[in-house]
Amino acid sequence: MKTVKSPFKFKGGVHPDYNKELARGKAIERMPVPAELVVSMSQHLGAPAKCIVKAGDFVTRGQLIGEKNGFISVLVRAPADGLVKAVEKRPGPTGAKADAVILDTTAEAPEGAVPGVSPVLAPLDWKTASREELLKRVEEAGICGMGGAGFPTAVKLNPPPNKRCEYLVLNGAECEPYLTADFRVMLERADRICVGVEIMRKILGGPAVRIAIEANKPEAIAAMEKAFADIEGNVEIVVLPVLYPQGSEKHQIYATVGRVVPEPPALPIDVGCVVENVGTVAAIADAVEKGEPLLERVTTVSGDAVAEPKNVLAPSGTKYSDLVAFCGGEKEPPAKVISGGTMMGFAVSTLEIGTTKTTSGLLLLSKKRVFQYASGACIGCGRCVRACPMNLNPALISRVVDANDVKAAEDAHVMDCIECGACSFGCPAYRTITQSCRRAKASIRARVAAEKAKAAAAAAKEAK
Amino acid sequence: MKPKETAEHYILSSSPHAHGRASVSRIMLDVIIALLPTTAAGIWFFGMPAVWTIATCVSTCIVTEALCRLAMKRENTIGDLSAVVTGLLLALNLPAGLPLWMAVVGSVFAIGVAKQVFGGLGMNPFNPALAARAFMLISFTGPMTTWLKPFWWKTPEAMTTATPLAVMKTWFGAEAMSSATPHGLCNAACKGVPGLWDMAIGNIPGCIGEVSAIAIAVGAAYLLFRKVITWHIPVAFIATVFVYSLIAGGAPATMQVLTGGVMIGACFMATDYVTSPITAKGKLIFGCGCGLVCMLIRQFGSYPEGCSFAILIMNAVCPLINRWTQPKPFGAK
Repeated sequence: MKTVKSPFKFKGGVHPDYNKELARGKAIERMPVPAELVVSMSQHLGAPAKCIVKAGDFVTRGQLIGEKNGFISVLVRAPADGLVKAVEKRPGPTGAKADAVILDTTAEAPEGAVPGVSPVLAPLDWKTASREELLKRVEEAGICGMGGAGFPTAVKLNPPPNKRCEYLVLNGAECEPYLTADFRVMLERADRICVGVEIMRKILGGPAVRIAIEANKPEAIAAMEKAFADIEGNVEIVVLPVLYPQGSEKHQIYATVGRVVPEPPALPIDVGCVVENVGTVAAIADAVEKGEPLLERVTTVSGDAVAEPKNVLAPSGTKYSDLVAFCGGEKEPPAKVISGGTMMGFAVSTLEIGTTKTTSGLLLLSKKRVFQYASGACIGCGRCVRACPMNLNPALISRVVDANDVKAAEDAHVMDCIECGACSFGCPAYRTITQSCRRAKASIRARVAAEKAKAAAAAAKEAK
Repeated sequence: MKPKETAEHYILSSSPHAHGRASVSRIMLDVIIALLPTTAAGIWFFGMPAVWTIATCVSTCIVTEALCRLAMKRENTIGDLSAVVTGLLLALNLPAGLPLWMAVVGSVFAIGVAKQVFGGLGMNPFNPALAARAFMLISFTGPMTTWLKPFWWKTPEAMTTATPLAVMKTWFGAEAMSSATPHGLCNAACKGVPGLWDMAIGNIPGCIGEVSAIAIAVGAAYLLFRKVITWHIPVAFIATVFVYSLIAGGAPATMQVLTGGVMIGACFMATDYVTSPITAKGKLIFGCGCGLVCMLIRQFGSYPEGCSFAILIMNAVCPLINRWTQPKPFGAK
């Protein structure tokens, strides 16, 4: 094991105010199970899980309440004992509505209820367990990527037979402002991450391991160096320069192993890489060694409108209002509430939203921290072009989207956009460039889907 | 578009929720600050007429901008300071002593025709100040090519003169001179062309803001330091002028760079965001094109100076250059 500096620097990027000092010194604190949990069936990327409980059912901690629904999907387990009050559509962390199980955790277990078991799953010894057993465990523990997108981990760890994983990249960059959850996990749970790496190496057939950490987290680097000191094989900690969006999968692969992921639909595995967030790796270790499914996670609750910013270990489905109450309540009325960080997070309209497996942060910002301006015409200064880590021409894209010319946006490779926000961040005319990219991408996706449906319908007609 | 507030009064908007605090008005203010040294130099050499020209252009541009926006029923944009920059740049590209009504006409043209007709800041295909200067050069050829001598008040018998460029034009192709030093050349061939030091500090006839190469360089250094401009256009422009004159012969290359509008053109006019390419590669092509056309006009055109026309012509080519120089996405084949 050795520590190296990243030899590859990607083009572009910006330096937002990190504001991490608010929560970086706060040790992970476990929160008591709140009276009500809002457990979404859509905590991951892909098809939402199929809810298999109904109002009036009593569920125990770890019980399966949502079945995996398709290949790209993840199952959902009850994060705590409780009575199902309702199964209904509720807004999730992105604001989009999805089926959610509303659990009353204060309800008494009814007569004859089957008590929950602890641990939920039988602990496994990763050294003796087979690859298939380990992979199955990751799936039945309901693990998805905890960095943000929530890609089903079992799918990621099981690449098609013609593709080999040569590098396992651990994402500990945490380049989003305010967020310190991954930092604290690396600091306090480095040994768990090390076990997780051993398990993942076994599943993936022994790839080299690169652990990517931004240079502004020296304590985390030290903790990881200590935990990984005795690990065998090709393992390196790669210290990345402080630059947003260093945590982007493609940029991290470039920064650590110098490989470039081709345009979508290419995936990291196409260049022999699997990237996984450090929190996910720790969750894999717990699922295997302790038999603990992914039922809780560390969420950074921060922002200048929170009385005591903290890194909270809370069950999935904990409502934002309960998280805020656990952090001493509001210091002042928040003007904006964000799921995630300030660069890529989602502004939400209510605190009655349950956390998910991907909720890395909850930010409450006061009026003076909220930036609100009317956008003007593009003056062609080129700041967005220089800032774009994907080397696109965001100025052009935003202009053509303004003119509703989606085709031109597609020609300008808008589908390559990773929506990191670096363009809008630096725009002196306050243009909502990232939003324009999203709009174009959504309408292109809708068009492609419609074309597919039409082709399928035509094929079906022909078959008749 | 202002993000709307919800029932619970949390502001909703698409990410990012952070901003680097750059603004158009701050950029324009930086340009104004960067123009102060050469403005001061112009006033030092040409006195009160320079002050009047600058004051007239800046105020007329602001008033025209406000009136145009009013007439177009759009929000007032004088706060973005772009009209001040246009007025100042136009004045700096005019000879001191020009009748002030002409400066008024030029300023109205710059804002009204070259900028607001197209929809205002960001929409104009040509640099408004240079478009106005070209318009004035054609409309008021005599006054626009009458140059006050620096410190003209000290020589009341002959206050005006030709710029060095008119003399230098005649030297193109003259073999013997291409190898001569500027001083030797001046002694031998012509009086009336100042020395290099005078050219550097600006003690030469010319437009108010174009004479002092040093003052312009100080301003350009400020813009580079503030990251308002990048080096690509000024370096490509000046290097092309330099290399062209080395090859073409005639006046020494340093003289071609230091006289006329090359310095202010390369640092302040060609770097106008709206009318120059957006990528680094595009900027290099654009800068080289400006330098080349400028020197072609200086050698073969009917005007002694071609800098402003060169930039205007390249402004017209800018959309094409942008099309040719689209960046290649990270990961694209």
